[in-house]
Amino acid sequence: MTAHAPATSPAAPTQATRSPTQRSRVLGLLVCAALLFATCLASLAIGTESVSLPTVFHALTDYHDVGDQWIVHDLRVPRTAVALLVGLALGLSGTLIQAVGRNPLADSEVLGINSGAALFVVCAISFLGLTGIWTYIWFAFAGALFAMVLVYLVGMTGRAPVTPVRVLLAGVAIAAVMDGIGFAVRLRNPRAFDNMRFWDAGALDGRSLEVAAAIAPFIAVGVALCVVVARSLNVTALGEELARSMGGNVARTQALSLVAVTLLAGAATAGAGPIGFVGLMVPHAVRRFTGPDWRWILAYATLAAPALLLAADVVGRVIIPPAELPAGIVTAFLGAPVLIWLIRKRGADRA
Amino acid sequence: MTITEKSRNTVDFGRRQLVVRVGGCSARASWRALAVVVALLAGAVVFAVLAIGIGKYTVSPSDVLGVLMGTNTSFDRVVVLEWRMPRMLMALLIGAALGVSGAIFQALTRNALGSPDIIGINSGAYTGALVVIAGIGGGYYAVATGALVGGLVTAVAVYALSYRNGLAGYRLIVVGIAVSAVLNSVNQWIVIKLDYHVAITAAVWQQGTLNGLTWSQVWPMTLCLFVVGAILVVMGPQLPVLQMGDDAAGALGVRPDRARLGYLVAGVGLVAVACAAAGPVSFVALAAPQLARRLTASPGVALVPAAAMGAVLLLVSDIVAQQAFPGTELPVGAVTVSLGGAYLIYLLVTQARQR
Amino acid sequence: MTNEGDTTLTTRSDSRLRAEHLSIGYDDKSVIADLSVDVLDGRITAIVGPNACGKSTLLRGLARLLKPSGGQVILDGNDINGMHTKEVARRLGLLPQTSIAPEGISVADLVSRGRFPHQKVLRQWSTDDDAAVAYAMRATAVTELAGRLVDELSGGQRQRVWVAVVLAQQTPLVLLDEPTTFLDIAHQVELLDLFAKLNREDNRTVVAVLHDLNHACRYADQIIAMKSGHIVAQGDPSDVITEELVEAVYGLKCQIIDDPQTGTPLVVPRASPHVTARR
Repeated sequence: MTAHAPATSPAAPTQATRSPTQRSRVLGLLVCAALLFATCLASLAIGTESVSLPTVFHALTDYHDVGDQWIVHDLRVPRTAVALLVGLALGLSGTLIQAVGRNPLADSEVLGINSGAALFVVCAISFLGLTGIWTYIWFAFAGALFAMVLVYLVGMTGRAPVTPVRVLLAGVAIAAVMDGIGFAVRLRNPRAFDNMRFWDAGALDGRSLEVAAAIAPFIAVGVALCVVVARSLNVTALGEELARSMGGNVARTQALSLVAVTLLAGAATAGAGPIGFVGLMVPHAVRRFTGPDWRWILAYATLAAPALLLAADVVGRVIIPPAELPAGIVTAFLGAPVLIWLIRKRGADRA
Repeated sequence: MTITEKSRNTVDFGRRQLVVRVGGCSARASWRALAVVVALLAGAVVFAVLAIGIGKYTVSPSDVLGVLMGTNTSFDRVVVLEWRMPRMLMALLIGAALGVSGAIFQALTRNALGSPDIIGINSGAYTGALVVIAGIGGGYYAVATGALVGGLVTAVAVYALSYRNGLAGYRLIVVGIAVSAVLNSVNQWIVIKLDYHVAITAAVWQQGTLNGLTWSQVWPMTLCLFVVGAILVVMGPQLPVLQMGDDAAGALGVRPDRARLGYLVAGVGLVAVACAAAGPVSFVALAAPQLARRLTASPGVALVPAAAMGAVLLLVSDIVAQQAFPGTELPVGAVTVSLGGAYLIYLLVTQARQR
Repeated sequence: MTNEGDTTLTTRSDSRLRAEHLSIGYDDKSVIADLSVDVLDGRITAIVGPNACGKSTLLRGLARLLKPSGGQVILDGNDINGMHTKEVARRLGLLPQTSIAPEGISVADLVSRGRFPHQKVLRQWSTDDDAAVAYAMRATAVTELAGRLVDELSGGQRQRVWVAVVLAQQTPLVLLDEPTTFLDIAHQVELLDLFAKLNREDNRTVVAVLHDLNHACRYADQIIAMKSGHIVAQGDPSDVITEELVEAVYGLKCQIIDDPQTGTPLVVPRASPHVTARR
């Protein structure tokens, strides 16, 4: 006799809460939008050298190389743009993974997807001497896909039952291999090691608009795929057999989601290095306001995730003056307690 | 076919067993498991004898044997006994420690992918080491102490955070992942802040290396293994019973929470000391128990075969690390990472076949 | 029963295992409260009741798997929670509802783990162990399966193996937690017949949580009927299982006739109009 129960969906609310009305959901969405706007402003204004809001306004609308405007124009705008895109990508990819994988504990970092992308990028830089983001972004996609396939094969096939923790363990093991190999590769090329130290922590500092422009099209495609897939997510979350009996095309949803996550996680990692926990935290944080409807969770994630990353970046700028703490480190410090709280709340390792 | 008194009262295990009864004492083991352990240890000795002679100063295997027997008293003695043997022994001891620790964690988490690293010990040890390196810039023992303290503190923190009406494997895993993530960020931050050359040294330590180990490190390691080994023997065969589920184990006279804690302490102790001695060596703890299980065809995870397998794996990895690229020496962790990759592929293949 | 002011615990000569004012709960929720029951030695006792009435909790409390929030469980005159676990395991065996067979374990290996309470560090496989496991496998008819992997067996075979584990423990008292779940009707009867035989031949005390009332009536010498954490009735099946009791405890209207095979009560649920209309 085994003690594992067959897979069931975690999409149903575990507490008896009144499900949110349409009106409150729209209201919440507007609040998220406002939050995003506020964090954008903060990102443009706050930093080791704070810039006043009127200056920000001028820099955006009528730029002259006067006073502090250059900080906004040359440094903060690109940084904010990259953070927006990367946050969006991470939030959506994490939501998709949790929905399609029926795994509330996962995101692209924990499952080793970011590590795979990072490894391939490091190899491209070290062995092939590639330097432009336009070139190594393709390696990031390849790496993300590679890692995802590995995690699927190790964590979700075979006779042992598929539980969230088993997939997590597979992700951890694969991330460890990727990180280890990446490490060894870096040590071989000391200059690469030096350059990549900062990137490894997940840093938004020093990202140019070129980076934003490079990752934007792929993220756009990823977002479009999310829209296409969104409607079938609620059905897919019920489990394969039930979903199929309700007319959902599970294979199609999974395939499209796979492509979407590859593009989103790959682009995000290529743009700013591996940043974790954004994709993990956001779906859980917004679920209190959206209920279990994945379409709404995606919609909220589109606004909340970039806001979260921007907030983390701003915090990193001011927390240890005059130095800056990379955003990836801040998200880890924020996300780890959330993960611990999540697991203490759950009763058992249900699939 | 007549049923004799003896066969009525003897169990046919389907596989040949060795039963030893002396006085009031008795023990039982499957022949296959015994054979595998003996073969692994013999293999380790053979590899060691062959490899100990390789290097800038070569010693032929027969000369090595002569040194070990005491008949060869030339300079070979110095090379073999003082320079190279401690390193070989440490590889065996640390490998065994990692193998046992991995077996314990896989049994506790009831998952073949469980390993001590999941509870963040390696990340914590690195943090401790980095703090020492960044703060005092200390030598081997200072770094080792830092690593030991860092690893143990992390283990305690993860245990405390995951304890809720008892210890559950899956909670331990998830909390371990979360704590690892935080510690990894801290480590990344410190590495950024370090001077470039110091950062490289720290990074090499983080891979795990057996370079520069001498006899003065062998004794503490042996002592530690002894102590933990004694604890495990005294705890008796509770681990196999624990694996039957908490209810069945409780019914058979095991206190599940207390037993788990005991094994956890043993497992943590082993890996913390291994980490302090050689840095966080990856994948031996993950791969050794499962590979041993395959070879011995034994149920669940068994500690002694895992120890033997771990010892051999690390020894071979270290030999490869030293000899693979003539002129330079790789950190042994770089080799074990490849081992990890190969092991995962092996897992994929076997799991695919199971479908 | 102990009297007021009687501070020494005496062992009733016909009840080695008993609960006194036992209360068990989780997280501030009480499942059973102030429950006292004597398990008759050498008899088969069945605990019955609707879902979530606390019958499994009572059994697990008796088996020492759960710590009581109030009251005591007494085994051979001592508080069971103060006794050494291995000592308890030598006297009291439990067949749990869910157990895990480690991957790749053979039948003989699993059954031999039932000898754990009798083993010591230096005494891992004495002739007694050999004989006990051999006997256990014979009694449950799994001897031919000895070398097979437990994972490969059918549900019925696996349950027999777990019963063999309990038998290998060689305890005078055996507790069974819903032993007939996952079994088809033939195997259910086979299993219960086995325990009836063990009770008669070895005089083992058996306590079983059963969800099938008719099985309970047929096999048990004593039935304990529970509802909402309290004992509603206790005694001989023909005294306890009445139409009024079944309705009170289960909310089921029924007719009770004599079992044509054994003469014990047989519960026949009253058919609803939809069912009779089909004839």
